[in-house]
Amino acid sequence: MKWSNIKYLILRRFVQISLLFLYFMGNAYGWSILKGDLSTSLLFGKVPLSDPFALLQIFATGAMVGVNVLVGAGLIALFYGLIGGRAFCSWVCPVNMITDLAAWLRRKLLIDKIERKVWISRNLRYYIVVLALIVSAISGLAAFEVISPITIFNRGVAFTTIYNGEIILGFGSGVGLLVAIFLFDLFAVKNGWCGHICPLGAVHSVIGSRNIFRVKHTSENCTLCMKCKVVCPEVEVLSMIGKRSEFVAGKECTNCGRCVDVCDDEALGFSIRDLNKKS
Amino acid sequence: MSEKVKKRPISTRRRFFTDLAYATGLGLMGGLLWAGYTQKAKSSPLTLRPPAALDEEDFLKSCIKCGLCAEACYNRPSNIDRDSGRPRPSTLKMAKAEDSVTIGTPFFKPRDVPCYMCDDIPCVTICPTGALDIKSVTNPKTKELDFTMMDMGLAVVDSNSCIAFWGLQCDACYRACPLLDKAIRLEYDKNERTGKHAFLKPVVDMNHCTGCGMCEKACVTEKPAIFVLPKEIALGKPGDHYVKGWDKKDQQRVKQRIGKDITTHDKRSAKKPEDYLNRGVEY
Repeated sequence: MKWSNIKYLILRRFVQISLLFLYFMGNAYGWSILKGDLSTSLLFGKVPLSDPFALLQIFATGAMVGVNVLVGAGLIALFYGLIGGRAFCSWVCPVNMITDLAAWLRRKLLIDKIERKVWISRNLRYYIVVLALIVSAISGLAAFEVISPITIFNRGVAFTTIYNGEIILGFGSGVGLLVAIFLFDLFAVKNGWCGHICPLGAVHSVIGSRNIFRVKHTSENCTLCMKCKVVCPEVEVLSMIGKRSEFVAGKECTNCGRCVDVCDDEALGFSIRDLNKKS
Repeated sequence: MSEKVKKRPISTRRRFFTDLAYATGLGLMGGLLWAGYTQKAKSSPLTLRPPAALDEEDFLKSCIKCGLCAEACYNRPSNIDRDSGRPRPSTLKMAKAEDSVTIGTPFFKPRDVPCYMCDDIPCVTICPTGALDIKSVTNPKTKELDFTMMDMGLAVVDSNSCIAFWGLQCDACYRACPLLDKAIRLEYDKNERTGKHAFLKPVVDMNHCTGCGMCEKACVTEKPAIFVLPKEIALGKPGDHYVKGWDKKDQQRVKQRIGKDITTHDKRSAKKPEDYLNRGVEY
């Protein structure tokens, strides 16, 4: 396997695992690089970073919140809105490793070929965002935060401690949810969780819809091998492949770079999008 | 009917209403399931929260579940075990699914690790959302943090299993209390059974007890005979119509209630006693 075929995959795994490692060290050994968890972190003990969706749910419950969390959510929205796009989903979110594994196994085990069609709209996640806010308002508790597999995974690592040589796991029985998502993606719906259901991904799609850092397609180089469409978790965003040379404009693109990885014809690559120019 | 019903394409109007019903129905289904779970996840009445936490209802609304309080607790400089030189286990833990506490929220179990009531209260100062309200532990006069203002719960003594109430000499909780002689004091009593010994009974003062749980940790009985409960659980409420006639403050309370009705209203009170007493009696 060539490095150029796995470059972004390895980079992404490195970033995802490093972040989990930093969260773990932040708690277990008091490192001040990254403390807290994905719902709110402190970077270098100073800069707050907060999950905008968690904050929206808190607003929906009608609670007043402190300044730090507002600044934190603003910083995150600014970063992904301008630069990252929906990169949270493929570069940060730990559940991505589970769902990517399921998608890979689906291809290897040829489950895609024998699948009974279970159809869920990819827009379902946007309705779930609305539902999460309504349920939060009714029940007075951030509704997605109590079932979110993302924070269950993240807290499981971040709040694992070692005490007198004994490992005290931060994971609880919430791990079952992670297994369920793996099985759902493997047997029920292709890219089921990240591509159809996860409301956090939906919120990040909206936040990152106008960012500058995007994959660009050059259709002159394309040999129509369709490898990119096989690996893409949000395959609608690649509708221009072999037809038009343009940026991947769909807001659901997670900037994972898997299509760039698998393309052997230099027809796909990251580039800076000029939003003023109509391409 | 012999005539065959002609298949018509569904009209836009019909389609709109069907879609509307479809979306409403599915949304309601999901919403009800979800809200049901969320309501259940909320109910953890026996949970002890970190210092300065808002009321449980408001706390659950504003806590973002970041765990910065738990980390601040675990990593505070003074939290070093003398023997191993490593941090002691954290007082604050982040709830897992099986903890019967709303998942991801901080809590503590004093019997495992009590709250040591740090002067600088690092768990509260770091809270990004204000779910831990720094005002409630700030002395209004000096504007400084005051750990004696913490209010996590209330220690309750089970006099049945407390061996001091049996007449054995034990003052473990009294000695462990950080607000010794204020939050827990010893009440002396004569032991009538032996005729020559004394009882030294621990008594908790709710005005001073912060609910830190040092007493629960120190208690020598197999299952602690003194334990911390959230105040909503531990305390009763006499109701507004009972007034301490000897207490000036309580008198004041009644005077300030002008405008609010404190008479009882029920089926009977609608009538005057003369209306129903001696009714049906022949004279």
